[in-house]
Amino acid sequence: MASLWEYANPRKFIATSDLVLPWVGGLALVCLVVGLVWGFFFTPEDYRQGASVKIIYLHVPAALMAINAWLMMLVASLVWIVRRHHVSALAARAAAPVGAVMTLIALVTGALWGQPIWGTWWVWDPRLTSFLILLLFYLGYIALWAAIENDDTAADLTSVLCLVGSVFALLSRYAVLFWNQGLHQGASLSLDKEENVADVFYLPLLVCIAGFVLLFVALVLLRTQTEIRARRMRVLLARERMG
Amino acid sequence: MPELGKYVFAVLGSYGISVAMLVVLCTLSLMRARKMRRDLAAIEQRMRRDG
Repeated sequence: MASLWEYANPRKFIATSDLVLPWVGGLALVCLVVGLVWGFFFTPEDYRQGASVKIIYLHVPAALMAINAWLMMLVASLVWIVRRHHVSALAARAAAPVGAVMTLIALVTGALWGQPIWGTWWVWDPRLTSFLILLLFYLGYIALWAAIENDDTAADLTSVLCLVGSVFALLSRYAVLFWNQGLHQGASLSLDKEENVADVFYLPLLVCIAGFVLLFVALVLLRTQTEIRARRMRVLLARERMG
Repeated sequence: MPELGKYVFAVLGSYGISVAMLVVLCTLSLMRARKMRRDLAAIEQRMRRDG
């Protein structure tokens, strides 16, 4: 079996991801269409939240990916710090805008859901606040990459920012448990059947989650390829300028 | 179309905004990927030609 570190070679990474990308992208599209159509058209109303429960098929997968995208960036940043593989730093850079969009979707759908159910668009609740801070970390991370010309320096500094931001990524996941206050409910998905959402909502939700995960993987592969090419282009242009 | 009652704005708004954001993200990612592939190929070709 090939070593994982083989994919630290940009050419190998691009060749392998070129093979995988159409399948992952296609499967993501199928899961998203099936999950969202199933959730929107073929699930009943919740006895307490009425038809607003249909927002769960966007809100929960987006929130899940917002946190896990940052954790993926954390792993990639640690690989960069320890082993200095450029592909891992570029993969972290590629994931950030995707994670930021997921966080924004979670916040916007949360506000739209909160207004009719809680009677307010926003409260400074632990989970909501930590998600807003996570969005600011995403934006800061993207801005820091863009602000520094030297790729290696940018990768070093953004990796440190990623380590610090991981505290908020974890807080946004466990805020409800740490502070037993605020309006936001506990986790919608649980291994405890008593706490889990009912099966009629659970199955389409799982399909939507699979769709969001696959979409994230497809976008990160595509964007990492782009970052690898952009880096090579900068190197070639610099070499050309130096004669 | 399911009966959304008083939640019509919240539900349709959530679906509309989320799908729009995902479509924009995918489109921009694909466009930048294509542009970068094309630009890099052009530079590599030029450098090969010029030695």
